[in-house]
Amino acid sequence: MGEIHIDLDGLLDTFFEEAEEHLNTFETGLLELEATPEDHEVIGRIFRAAHSIKGASGTFGLGDITSFTHALETVLDRLRAREIAYSADVARALLASVDVLRGLVRAAREGATAPPEAVPVRALLEQFYRTAAAPKGETVAQPAISLQVGRKVRVRFAPKPDFMCRGMDPLAILRDVADCGEVESRTVDASAVPSLDDLDPESFYLSFVLVMRTERTDAEIAEAFAFVDDLCTFAIEAENDEAPQELIEPDAPVVGAAAGDARSAPTTFPKDGASPPKDAKTPAAASTIRVATEKVDKLLDLVSEIVIAQAMIVDATRAPGPDAETRLNDALQALDRHTRELQERVMSIRMVPLASVFGRLPRMVRDLAGTIGKKVQLVVEGEGTEIDKSMVEQLADPLTHLVRNAIDHGLEFPEQRAEQGKPAEGTVRIRAFHQGGNVVIEVGDDGKGLDSKQIRAKAERLGLVSPDEVLTDEQIHEFIFHAGFSTAAKVSDVSGRGVGMDVVKRNVEALKGSLSLSTEMGHGTQVRLRLPLTLAIVDGLAVRVGAQTFVVPLLSVLESFRPTPSQVRAVLGASEVIDIRGTSVPVIRLHELLDEPNAERDPSRALLCIVEANGTSLALLVDDVIGQAQFVVKSLEVNYRKVPSLMGATILGDGRVAMIIDVQSLARTDHRSRALATDSEVLIPVSEVA
Amino acid sequence: MSKVALVVDDSMVIRKMVTMALKAMSFEVLDAPDGRRALEVAKGQNLALVITDLNMPVMTGLEFIHEFRADADHKFTPILFLTTETDEAMRNEARSAGATAWIVKPFHPDKLIAVIQKLGI
Repeated sequence: MGEIHIDLDGLLDTFFEEAEEHLNTFETGLLELEATPEDHEVIGRIFRAAHSIKGASGTFGLGDITSFTHALETVLDRLRAREIAYSADVARALLASVDVLRGLVRAAREGATAPPEAVPVRALLEQFYRTAAAPKGETVAQPAISLQVGRKVRVRFAPKPDFMCRGMDPLAILRDVADCGEVESRTVDASAVPSLDDLDPESFYLSFVLVMRTERTDAEIAEAFAFVDDLCTFAIEAENDEAPQELIEPDAPVVGAAAGDARSAPTTFPKDGASPPKDAKTPAAASTIRVATEKVDKLLDLVSEIVIAQAMIVDATRAPGPDAETRLNDALQALDRHTRELQERVMSIRMVPLASVFGRLPRMVRDLAGTIGKKVQLVVEGEGTEIDKSMVEQLADPLTHLVRNAIDHGLEFPEQRAEQGKPAEGTVRIRAFHQGGNVVIEVGDDGKGLDSKQIRAKAERLGLVSPDEVLTDEQIHEFIFHAGFSTAAKVSDVSGRGVGMDVVKRNVEALKGSLSLSTEMGHGTQVRLRLPLTLAIVDGLAVRVGAQTFVVPLLSVLESFRPTPSQVRAVLGASEVIDIRGTSVPVIRLHELLDEPNAERDPSRALLCIVEANGTSLALLVDDVIGQAQFVVKSLEVNYRKVPSLMGATILGDGRVAMIIDVQSLARTDHRSRALATDSEVLIPVSEVA
Repeated sequence: MSKVALVVDDSMVIRKMVTMALKAMSFEVLDAPDGRRALEVAKGQNLALVITDLNMPVMTGLEFIHEFRADADHKFTPILFLTTETDEAMRNEARSAGATAWIVKPFHPDKLIAVIQKLGI
């Protein structure tokens, strides 16, 4: 056999992906080990994870990773052989190693510099086995090196122009950053401020650089940017004392690690002025999906079936005969069946288990509980529940925030719990399951529950409700989703940052999901997220309004019927309602909202389509119901711009474009103050006066 | 007919890499993530070569080599094992279990090819 040379580049992505899986296994194992330090099986598992990373990294010549995992593996080996006793120090060092390794893997992937913690953490690991190797009888010295030394960092923060329009306060963010340490210098870059003629008073043009000394990790500093990571670019880099002061080019995207992954993302900023990675969002594992070969084979099978069905159709139309119609029908049926199956299978490739988001939570819970001095047991159920891959990543932030909230605001301190006869350890329970075409995720705690009186008092103070208005508890609880509403008497540095449940709600709604809350004083709170399985395809009911076709998502449709003239009545002059089995349901005239002149205006000659979202029912006035089908959702935001009350557009079988109604945003808009649209682009004027 | 090789490793990267090397040598390649699965895959196959890791979940490489050799069909199939363990003990154990040769990780696939060629498989 001649010379054969193998090129390894194509395998690197697999390595990175697998390394990340191993790191998750590693981290989960470490947390398990805290509960059962003697568990040999668990030690074996984490050893194997480290071992696998080491073995493969060596092959790819990733020396930093190999040497670090070598130190790690040695500690684990000694731990396995009981030459090192498991202790809180060992646990801390091992957990720190996970972060370092994540940073190293990321650095290798993006060609960035290695995280600065790598050196001290590795020294710490080495010290463990060096001390362990000391003659018996000698006291094992506590490692003297601290994980985080007061180091100098430079934090760059460049809000995007719409930062303030989105309700964010750059100063609040800067203050949060400054709280992480001692600020040595502050620089404001105003070079992007245009001349007065070009200046848009609502846009934000400044960017900031803080140089500070801190003992926090990059990930901890990056927490200040949680929830604004898509509204700004930021970078945290080790400050080199003699490095020249360089300012951010506001136009050039500055590297920013998405906050969702901040814990594992030591951010770096190219020192040599090399162009930063194009995607400011963390690209971690986002670029590839691993698919079982069998799944791909099955797809090929289906495609060949479709090709056969197509050939049958061609044959039936070209060679007319007595049985041509039967053959054509058979072929069409086969085509229909195979196409649907193909679609389902392709979609299933995009589905990933929620475990990848849930997996990050135990560590966060452990750290947070330790910081604020609460005892927390995290129970996770249904982590195997699958959801569209693109959604998994966007769920990380809201879920993290909900869990933080549950621990910080929901659970009581152990003493308080004991007084109430509850176990000292609070429970945060996360449960995921499929329900209909949805994924439901529940985050519940057994803490103190929401205090309706307190919330109401706050809402009155903020002028959200007048003191004499009668509200149900549910309506009162809704206020916590109001921007800027926080019930904590004092804003804690854990979950209160002025952005809170309102952002969670917005994030969930951006995923076409809904959020509901149930709570009982003294017994706990449960937040329930309901999300579609995928954003790409919607089961819908096509309806006609004048000359246009609209699609209403089938899940929200309850019924449709033609009302009698007396059923629809006007209320307070402006609105109409229809009584359905004793309940008044507001009527929404789609032709008015969507500015369609040629529609039927008399309800008794048209149809009412009753839809429901977030517990609110609405009656949509449409001319006719065309039928139900699956529609591929095309984003309006990408192709045009975001339009309230429309979730997207689709292309119909005849090539025309149809808009897909966003029932949730319709239901959210206060129907009592719904005004008529005059401009076709302003579909629902926001003119709410509570 | 091309020769069939079996690759056993819990690491997908290593499996892929070894597979790449073997395919470059015109082997047909079967693979498995652990010893137990490997035994199932190997059943009834006329294998020209087995390459296995030692440190694996479910069933270790050593256990696999033992059981694999116990099958009359696989009495003489060459077994290459991959190891990062530098200690002699592990290596000797694997050899007495019936392994033919070993290769120390990390390795470049070029080296694997050279070893296979040297063994004359």
